[in-house]
Amino acid sequence: MAISNLTKTYPGVVANDSVSMELRAGEVHALLGENGAGKSTLVKMIYGLVKPDSGSMKFQGQSFTPANPHTARQAGVAMVFQHFSLFDAMSVAENIALGMENPPPMRDLSDQIKAVSETYGLPLQPDHIVGDLSAGERQRVEIIRCLLQDPKLLIMDEPTSVLTPQEVGVLFETLRKLTAQGVGILYISHKLDEIRELCQHATVLRRGQNVGSCVPSETSAREMAEMMVGSSFQTPERSRHALGDVVLKIDKLSAPSPNEFGTPLREISLELHAGEILGIGGVAGNGQDELLAALSGEMRTVADAVVFEGEVIGRLAPAARRKMGLLTAPEERLGHAAAPDMSLTENALLTGAERENLTSRGFLKWGAAQKFAQSVIESFDVRTPGTETAARALSGGNLQKFVIGREVLQRPKVLVVNQPTWGVDAAAAAAIRQALLDLATEGVAILCISQDLDELIEISDHFAALNEGRLSDIRETESLNMEQIGLMMGGAHGMEVAHVEA
Amino acid sequence: MDLSSIKPALLLASLMIAATPVIYAAIGELVVERAGVLNLGVEGMMITGAICGFIAAVNTDSPMLGFMAAAVGGALLSLLFALLTQYALANQVASGLALTLFGLGVSSLLGQGYVGIKPPSTPKLDIPVLSDLPGIGTVLSAHDIMIYLGLLLVAAVWAVLKYTRIGLILRAVGENHDAAHALGYKVVRVRVLAIMFGGACAGLGGAYISLVRVPQWTEGMTAGVGWIALALVVFASWRAGRVLLGAWLFGGVTVLQLNLQAAGVAIPVEYLSMSPYLITIVVLVIMSSDKNKAPASLGKIFHASS
Amino acid sequence: MLRLEKRAQPSKQWAALAPVLAVLITMVVGGGLFALLGKNPFEVIRTIFWDPLFGEFAFYYRPQLLIKAGPLILIAIGLSLGFRAGIWNIGAEGQYIIGALCGAGVALTFYPLDAWFLFPMMILAGALGGWAWAMIPALLKVRFGTNEILVSLMLVYVAEKLLAAMALGPMRNPEGHGFPGSRNLQQYESAHNAELFTGSGLHWGGITALLAVICAYILLNRHILGFNIRLLGQAPRAARFAGVNPNRLTVFCLGISGALAGLAGMYEISGPSGQVSIDFNVGYGFTAIIVAFLGRLHPVGILLAGLLMALTYIGGEIAQSNMNLPAAAIQMFQGMMLFFLLAVDLMANYRLRLTRAEVS
Repeated sequence: MAISNLTKTYPGVVANDSVSMELRAGEVHALLGENGAGKSTLVKMIYGLVKPDSGSMKFQGQSFTPANPHTARQAGVAMVFQHFSLFDAMSVAENIALGMENPPPMRDLSDQIKAVSETYGLPLQPDHIVGDLSAGERQRVEIIRCLLQDPKLLIMDEPTSVLTPQEVGVLFETLRKLTAQGVGILYISHKLDEIRELCQHATVLRRGQNVGSCVPSETSAREMAEMMVGSSFQTPERSRHALGDVVLKIDKLSAPSPNEFGTPLREISLELHAGEILGIGGVAGNGQDELLAALSGEMRTVADAVVFEGEVIGRLAPAARRKMGLLTAPEERLGHAAAPDMSLTENALLTGAERENLTSRGFLKWGAAQKFAQSVIESFDVRTPGTETAARALSGGNLQKFVIGREVLQRPKVLVVNQPTWGVDAAAAAAIRQALLDLATEGVAILCISQDLDELIEISDHFAALNEGRLSDIRETESLNMEQIGLMMGGAHGMEVAHVEA
Repeated sequence: MDLSSIKPALLLASLMIAATPVIYAAIGELVVERAGVLNLGVEGMMITGAICGFIAAVNTDSPMLGFMAAAVGGALLSLLFALLTQYALANQVASGLALTLFGLGVSSLLGQGYVGIKPPSTPKLDIPVLSDLPGIGTVLSAHDIMIYLGLLLVAAVWAVLKYTRIGLILRAVGENHDAAHALGYKVVRVRVLAIMFGGACAGLGGAYISLVRVPQWTEGMTAGVGWIALALVVFASWRAGRVLLGAWLFGGVTVLQLNLQAAGVAIPVEYLSMSPYLITIVVLVIMSSDKNKAPASLGKIFHASS
Repeated sequence: MLRLEKRAQPSKQWAALAPVLAVLITMVVGGGLFALLGKNPFEVIRTIFWDPLFGEFAFYYRPQLLIKAGPLILIAIGLSLGFRAGIWNIGAEGQYIIGALCGAGVALTFYPLDAWFLFPMMILAGALGGWAWAMIPALLKVRFGTNEILVSLMLVYVAEKLLAAMALGPMRNPEGHGFPGSRNLQQYESAHNAELFTGSGLHWGGITALLAVICAYILLNRHILGFNIRLLGQAPRAARFAGVNPNRLTVFCLGISGALAGLAGMYEISGPSGQVSIDFNVGYGFTAIIVAFLGRLHPVGILLAGLLMALTYIGGEIAQSNMNLPAAAIQMFQGMMLFFLLAVDLMANYRLRLTRAEVS
């Protein structure tokens, strides 16, 4: 596979600016870059989803211009998507058939799925409904879908973001077997350690441009990070401070999920002290959204399962909890934490109405709301033309700073955040982590739910993992190593190491 | 009051006739909704089909050409909805309502010169084996071809959705349009075709009312059957087989109340004729606890951002 | 090839321009349609849009404008609150009928009592009737998750049957020589919703409509309840996160729209229409849906759209009698307006861009 001078522009952004790279059969080639660096656009062009404005591609020595994913698949290109391209209400076999060009009849397909899943150590039942599967299993569906096509080039977009460390190990085994059979793998990630372990070559993208390539095993993580970001950035500072009293207590919290394919919470207990950051790790879809909803008040539970400063609040509405000082910031920025089409002023009003006194007798104080929005923008360096800009016009990092800032400025007693830096550029992520640490120093209790283990190790005092709605024991973060963390997260979820003969 | 005038076998036979318009409209809408599109314009497409079919049948003296014209008319009108929702990305609820209001207007404009005319009658099929069956022979046999075609259509839709690749793709598009797009399926094209299929079916259902069931043309003669068809899709939990069940239930209530009216029950006609609508509400309430079966992308706007 | 591009934020100019553009396109296309019907398109358009206001008999038609716009605006204001919150009350026609029946029921019960409090009681009854009728879909939705679109619509047909039953049965005029229809309330002074200024066409319904416009404006722009309504419609998950109770808003929005529709019906039956008869309702409840959208769900916009729609009604009637234009043509004309509006609306959120052919 050879790519030369691919360019793709979107209004206002050059997503890819004359990107060239080469990928040999049998190698794992990393594509590195921050969010928004143009990695996704590049692979979408290879997969035929997006057509380049200029430039050319060669695949196995021949000119390659896929008009759509069908022709790309026929040529031997397969792709595992970051946000899975799966259909929840359908069976595994149906999902796989949808990703194939000429699927055999369902019964034969089921046999093939069983055969391949055995060969590569990826156990999977063809007749299960995909919506009921765990994140790791869902990724297996995607991988088997690709393997059945007998691909020459496999593209993987951030495949490990949903896996436990043990599952990552199993995945790497599978990938190594594949390369041994001559398959080329284009591996997109921003996790440098993984890339150093797995990949033979790396190409780094920054703002749509190829800014260099390297051999990961001979390059330090720090050097690669600087290539990605373009400059070195500060790691957050932690200050040691004593923990205060218990402010939030969760006692044997069990609750069904409000969503059909969600995860119920099962007997979760924890205590959160003033000034403490408790990190909750785990693969997405293990009850994180439900836990946040149970704390924000979107989901009511048994009254005494949630206790805030000695008061039972399990049945209180979101507004009442805010008034007491329990603030939350959900994962999904657009549509959950903020209303996409509303202005920043209106979005400031969304959670700030009670604590910032933005209403009087139900009537809105637009002036005060705008001032509050302005102060969030200033204190958190949110890049926006002004307070009347619609939320959806902001970049992910800027909107996330706004969302976190909106809660921080309301002087919470307890702040619960879910994936605070997901999909956010490195500089914004560092700023958000620093803000959380500063808040803890001031004595605020913080519950940080995140999939990013590095983040949790960096900022949290204590660590626990959510696995299928259950919370592990809470341990001091400093005493843990990666393997222990992986086991807390549920280990390898019954995956076996691939036993294909290479 | 003379309830003995109501004969069960004849009642069931006329039930089949009363249920047929709903069967056509509902099975069409079912396909549309399985593709992830909510078209509330069924009533408008039905009434347009009713008048198109009527005009064609009267002018050509052929009921079959009438039904064909009805399908074309319904599909053309639905194409407007498809343009609005799939290309202009308009809100589906508002567009569906617009379609109904527009269809009612178009149909009464087209139907100006056709009030009081009798259409050519649709021939009945006498299926030898069926009609000889004791008891249910009268129920199953000696109907017009459109009734049998309707049943066939339900079976066909069921089989296509369950067993074919086309059905699989259609369901995939309705379930998660972003994923379907990422895999290279033409979401918009699939949906436009589904919408037009739904329009054609609604048109046939409408024409069945104006050509067979009534048979004549009056303004607004579909009288909410299109809306009832929409309710039936919910009742059927988006499954083809249960559409049939719902349509017969509705047909049964309609026929029964008409018979009670004829038998001179002491309740005023107006109250009896409320019953199909009230039953529909009751059925909706019973079924609405189980709506997880709805296609996940139903009613959502799709725009490929990349 | 034309390509759509989502705007970073909705364009305010386009949002305001879209209805105007839609009306203009409707005039052009509608004109073509009238030409097909063998009428002079310019004359028809003039008859519909100009004659009622400035034509020879405008003195007769101008009052009609307020009479017709009143109920349309009143109903559309109520509907717009729900539509903004994503709650679809399609059954305003039914609530209109029930409001009228309740109002008339009070009047006919007390006939021939002459008292100042009769009319206020009728107003209350009308509002309550419409409210109660709208509570059926509201409570079913809140309690069982039943689709409010279908239930409210089914109830229109039920209300129509009920109207017929009343006109032929309990409310029939005992001195009516067996003809269907109730006593004429216009001849019952205490119950008559008379013109307030002679020749203006303004009755209490118009006043109420104006009040509704002002209240809705304040609610939506200055009150947390209005903010929550908009929030629920635009981002339901964010609304729940903010602490909005969707059930409470469903009951509120459906209740308000039902009450306003009921009021409209009661003002109509005690004023311009006068009696309970089978053909009392003329589709205001459905036309109000067009009015609500054409007015961008904005109170001031609805005020203008209601007047415009009333104009097409009156103009349509003139064209019907003077030029033999079928009544259905106007109905279609109104439907077309909504169509074009929805199509033009695209421009508020998307930008058209000319690009080379491209996949995706």
